[in-house]
Amino acid sequence: MTDANLMTVPDAAADPARRKRSEALYFAVRNPKLIVGGTVLVALLLLAIVGPYLTDNPPNDYVGPKASPPSGDYWFGTTTFGQDVFSQFVHGLRTTFVVGVLGGGIAALIGMAVGFTAGYRGGRVDEFLNMVTNIVLVIPTLAVLLVVSAYLKARGVLVEGLFVGFTSWPWAARAIRAQTFSLTARDFVDLARLSGLRTRRIIFREIAPNMSSYLVMTWILLFGGSILIAATLDFIGLGPTNGTSLGLMMNNAVLWSALQLGMWWWFIPPGLGITAVVGGLYIMNVGLDEVFNPRLREL
Amino acid sequence: MRRYFTRKFLIYLLTFFFAVSIDWAIPRFMPGDPVQSMLSRAALHPESATAMYDYYSNSFGLDVPIWRQYLNFWGSLLQGDLGTSVWLYPQPVSSVIANAIPYTLALMLPAILLSWWAGNSFGAFAARRKWLDNTALPFAYILNSMPYMWLGILLAWLLGSVLDIFPLSGGYGYGLQPEWSLEFIGSLLKHWFLPFASLFLVGFGGWAIGMRNLIIYELESDYSHYLTALGAPQRLIRRYAFRNAMLPQVTGLALQIGVIVAGALVTEIVFSYPGLGNLILQAINNEDYFLLQGAFLFIIIGVLIANFVIDMVYVLVDPRTRTGMRGATS
Repeated sequence: MTDANLMTVPDAAADPARRKRSEALYFAVRNPKLIVGGTVLVALLLLAIVGPYLTDNPPNDYVGPKASPPSGDYWFGTTTFGQDVFSQFVHGLRTTFVVGVLGGGIAALIGMAVGFTAGYRGGRVDEFLNMVTNIVLVIPTLAVLLVVSAYLKARGVLVEGLFVGFTSWPWAARAIRAQTFSLTARDFVDLARLSGLRTRRIIFREIAPNMSSYLVMTWILLFGGSILIAATLDFIGLGPTNGTSLGLMMNNAVLWSALQLGMWWWFIPPGLGITAVVGGLYIMNVGLDEVFNPRLREL
Repeated sequence: MRRYFTRKFLIYLLTFFFAVSIDWAIPRFMPGDPVQSMLSRAALHPESATAMYDYYSNSFGLDVPIWRQYLNFWGSLLQGDLGTSVWLYPQPVSSVIANAIPYTLALMLPAILLSWWAGNSFGAFAARRKWLDNTALPFAYILNSMPYMWLGILLAWLLGSVLDIFPLSGGYGYGLQPEWSLEFIGSLLKHWFLPFASLFLVGFGGWAIGMRNLIIYELESDYSHYLTALGAPQRLIRRYAFRNAMLPQVTGLALQIGVIVAGALVTEIVFSYPGLGNLILQAINNEDYFLLQGAFLFIIIGVLIANFVIDMVYVLVDPRTRTGMRGATS
């Protein structure tokens, strides 16, 4: 009889979980925000993957006529020096996704590590981590980047992603800490602690799954934020020194007076690309919020 | 309350110490030698170059051991001495920066405060109002996802270049001298408007969205339902929801300050606005690391002061911090 009881426990636990998942899916496919955001994002991701194969022109070579508007040969026109804007755009889009995934991913990892530890341990550990978080929050990122770039004459996209990740985690850490704090006070965590589970197991098996939707959304916001920060860095010339990026395109356009010369095809696509990627992410985030949180659903 | 302030103060002190130490490291660990690069621009005889090198190393204080340089840096910093600019030698860094600060402040302060206020009011108003929610909020999302400089570029192109309503760059007209005349102030305002507008719009979108989502959360919470059940007017419930939703937005401002400041700096670069952002770009291009150091120092101090003010405001608006309960996040 005890055996039978034990046998039914996982079933009973699995069933509501499965129902919950299918419920989330039910609302996910019916949520216009999620669908619009996701479609924009997937379309741009495909363009970033396929795009570089659609053109034979390397992004930074002087291939075409100078400063020509969009045409059949050069879909997005050419720069003052005859570089193919379309080629720059699709390569830059790739860079944007790489920086976003990497920067957002690293920031999410650090944010989770700090947030979980501070929120679960509390006390001195919490105070210390809080202090570190506050310090990183206020230190101007640009100053640190200048020192870093001093050591690395040739910076790639990876370095930029790493750097953005290492500096943009504080708010995520704070948010996750607050969530962990409230979950730690619940009965089931006490129960897990009483049954002698190790800390790491409690965090990963009891606390993290209960805020998984929150973690996903935090990652999405960090993803979008990283892209914007990277664009800012590129724009003042602290971005990747090899290759191309959307921020760098805007930097060059402003530097070589595309505004005064009316060469709109040079500076519209890169900004539009960033806005579409980040906007898609943000709108998807709100959609996910509505899917996971029944209170927010528009009825 | 007292504990709250002592802890805050300690954290600010530590942050200031770390930030200034990083700031100190900028010119010391840069590739190439700032003095060398300055001398290489003026073609000199080798022997006079060595003499010059010694002279400048001495005048920049680079000829003493590194720990000594660090202590000297703090010493002169506390006396308000930021060194000499390499790019604009022999102008002191502090006076170069003092010329740029008013422009940056005039741009940033109104943009941050107005966009925060207007965005929050609008977001609160739009929440749970179907028509506004569906028409205006998509725009807010687009604004919020724009890189600062791109909106700046777009506005400059549309209103400056194509329609020719506003000037494209600079802080005032080229033919004018800074003075207290109507013409100069008019020119100042005209040049100020576009960078301000682009900063304002990006911020506005973000705050409006944040507030809208927070208000919806609050309207769905138990106390709102309870008030509704009691038959309280919708206006009252909304007012309560707004006051509760303000708290995360105040903290949000503190979290965002760094990003907003960086955004303001690049916006200045787009419009060649004569503030700190442009100074930083010039300093990077001219390898003037002392100027860079000084500019960053002001940014550090500004961000710290802003955070401190927000902490004060938080105590004012959240009574829980005053009674020592767990209210403030950190």
